[in-house]
Amino acid sequence: MNDPTSPSNGTNGNAVPKICILNYGMGNLGSVQNALRFLGIEARIASDADTIEAADAYILPGVGAFGEAMHNLNKLGIIKTLETEILEKAKPLFGICLGLQLLAEDSQEKGFNKGLGWFEGHVVPIEGDALNRVPHVGWNGIDHSGDPAFLKIEQQGSFYFDHSFHLECDPKLVAATCDHGQKMVAAIRQRNIFATQFHPEKSQRNGLKLLRNFVHYCFGNL
Amino acid sequence: MSIKRFIGCLLVKQGIVVQSIGFETYLPVGKPEIAARFFDEWGVDETVLLDIDASKENRVIDPDLVKKVSRAGFAPVTAGGGIRDTEDIRALLEAGVDKICINKLASQDLAMVEEASRLFGAQCIVGSVDVRRSESGAYSVFADSGSRDCGADPVAYAKGLVDAGVGEIFLTSIDRDGSRSGYDMDLIKMVAPELSVPVIVCGGAGNPAHLEEALKLDSVSAVAAANFLHHSEQSISVMKSWLRNADADVRGEYHAMYRNFPFDDAGRVAKLPDGELIEQSFEFVEDEPI
Repeated sequence: MNDPTSPSNGTNGNAVPKICILNYGMGNLGSVQNALRFLGIEARIASDADTIEAADAYILPGVGAFGEAMHNLNKLGIIKTLETEILEKAKPLFGICLGLQLLAEDSQEKGFNKGLGWFEGHVVPIEGDALNRVPHVGWNGIDHSGDPAFLKIEQQGSFYFDHSFHLECDPKLVAATCDHGQKMVAAIRQRNIFATQFHPEKSQRNGLKLLRNFVHYCFGNL
Repeated sequence: MSIKRFIGCLLVKQGIVVQSIGFETYLPVGKPEIAARFFDEWGVDETVLLDIDASKENRVIDPDLVKKVSRAGFAPVTAGGGIRDTEDIRALLEAGVDKICINKLASQDLAMVEEASRLFGAQCIVGSVDVRRSESGAYSVFADSGSRDCGADPVAYAKGLVDAGVGEIFLTSIDRDGSRSGYDMDLIKMVAPELSVPVIVCGGAGNPAHLEEALKLDSVSAVAAANFLHHSEQSISVMKSWLRNADADVRGEYHAMYRNFPFDDAGRVAKLPDGELIEQSFEFVEDEPI
């Protein structure tokens, strides 16, 4: 059983963590659920405070525009609940793409929009050129910090990106970078919060390994 | 810089995948979700799923079909066919696609394209540009599966889509579709360098050398193919192995690459020389009496 993407049985006897995929009307929730199902985890898609409070860990996916996403999160009225569970109780969070950007202080996408501000950082447009076009679409190799999230993932392992804006933040938070004409943040890690600019649910084996590592982290095994 | 992408296209007609020749002749292949799973297992970088009847029949590509295809693998999926408005797009995104591809809508309603780009982001919207070359050699954009002449110059038309907020251009030569004679390099060289967004080229790929020719251009971000991927075992990994042996910039993270294998002229794995096969056959070991 050397298949690196096969789910491990080494759960140390812990109960299977309840992972909640946050639904705020933006993005490809089914694909994330599908990838977790491959790993043997039945995640719930939810947007109500009760389910959120009952969950052990969260995935914040996201495709779309920043302003619209913040508008939806505010309208749902779940930001306070998420702050209690993730910032105070330190439950694990995995942000994906827009789900990474929303954690920053603000974004310049379509004007100026305030984000959740869970760490210091700003979302700014990618400066493209003739060779490095914008949006940054496609597979790109990453350089990672060796953070346990990247266990058994090689340096320059490639992941699928699809974005026009990128995060600028304190280098101490950066867990991985990629090169698209300029060096850009590919992943961040702040204590229990991990987030990627790329889409692990769409990055075949490398992506499944990363999600597997997150699941192990939720089990308390990483 | 991103690694250049290889995109596998699934053209769906009446619910089954077909091979298309010149946008008018169609050969059946099989179930979309099975073809999609093979694409994923063989290392495709992205799948484009197009319902080529939807526009003509005034309906949207079936979200159930989209759901099945997007659950068949772990690589991005783009869907297109008869998309009319942002509600259609939302339904397809909820069904599991990552991007949507618009053709007829882009030719009729740029205001709707702008709205879609504002709501879902430019990175979510792929603008399809189908081009036919007239006998005089002039290029013109055609919409509705190649049946309606828009009378537009491909460069100006594609720029218009980009200005409206389209994040990628999917450029297809109708004349080369299904011809297996290679991409229309004149068309690509005319359009791709003029645009600021990634350009995907399609129409005419019949073997890996055709892909290599287009991948060499800086202005081409991705190459797409459909017909030659079907009815051929491991077609994508064989093709990518050929390309990597030729030092082309494609993703090779795949567990069954054909590195250092000989290939025939069609880009398929060639039979090894007889001598080598004999060497690999059984070795006679004399029984040792004890």
